[in-house]
Amino acid sequence: MIDPKFIGYRSPACTLEVEKGRLRQFAKAIGETRPVCVDEQAARQAGYPGLLMPPTFLFCLEMDRPDPYGWFDEVGIPLPQVLHAEQGFTYHAPAFAGDALTFQAVISDIHTRKGGLLEFVVQDNAITNQHGQAVAEFRRTLVIRHG
Amino acid sequence: MAEHHSPVNWQALEVGDRLPALQLPPLTRAQLAIYCGASGDHNPVHVDSDFAREAGLGDVIAHGMLIMAWMGRCLTDQVDQSRIRSFETRFTAMTRVGDAITCEAEVAGKFVEAGEQRLRLNLRACDQRGEIKTQGWAVVDVTPT
Repeated sequence: MIDPKFIGYRSPACTLEVEKGRLRQFAKAIGETRPVCVDEQAARQAGYPGLLMPPTFLFCLEMDRPDPYGWFDEVGIPLPQVLHAEQGFTYHAPAFAGDALTFQAVISDIHTRKGGLLEFVVQDNAITNQHGQAVAEFRRTLVIRHG
Repeated sequence: MAEHHSPVNWQALEVGDRLPALQLPPLTRAQLAIYCGASGDHNPVHVDSDFAREAGLGDVIAHGMLIMAWMGRCLTDQVDQSRIRSFETRFTAMTRVGDAITCEAEVAGKFVEAGEQRLRLNLRACDQRGEIKTQGWAVVDVTPT
């Protein structure tokens, strides 16, 4: 069982660069074909400083932090038993290739269901860009399956 | 290539109306490997069938975030991304190799918030048998420009 004392646990803040090659790879992986996401000229014509980041890529960028599953070990989350239960984003400003985004993550809830067979860990991320502007928040809910 | 539809008339949409669906071909292991690398999510349950079996899953399962990315395309194919205010999903069933996913969005509500005309959309991703794999919700700004 995961100790509820980890509610409030903060991962170290992490700043990650949005790389355009990475955005193109991601676009290919999900079948994204909007020109503003894959063609720099189209992005600039749209008035953007670089390729537009698709809406779910924030989650992927966060996984580029060094040792992305490190907090699992600290909190006691067993990787083979984990599934992604829910994911939510609230958007404030678009993000582009060339941005440096800072992620601040805190565990906001830990609870059980089905008599302890399922354990849920909720982590909230606040994301800001290099101008100090709020870009988004995202909430990741993980479920740990016991038995 | 993405399918191209006639543009949605957002002001005319009513509760119960649907956006054009996004239909995906059957999921392959190669797609999961490409998504694994491109997304940075290297959890082996998505690409290593030995690991997935030992974890009690039988075989590899799709990244929930791949399904969410497809749902996102269903939205951004129709609405300017800067107008999406929120987007959330619940991964209710595992998606496996061979599943052909269709993403759908239906208008669930119209309201005014923060000075914007907004729509609430119910989203879902189903497989070829109609099983719901992922449920979702989004709020978009449809204020006329």
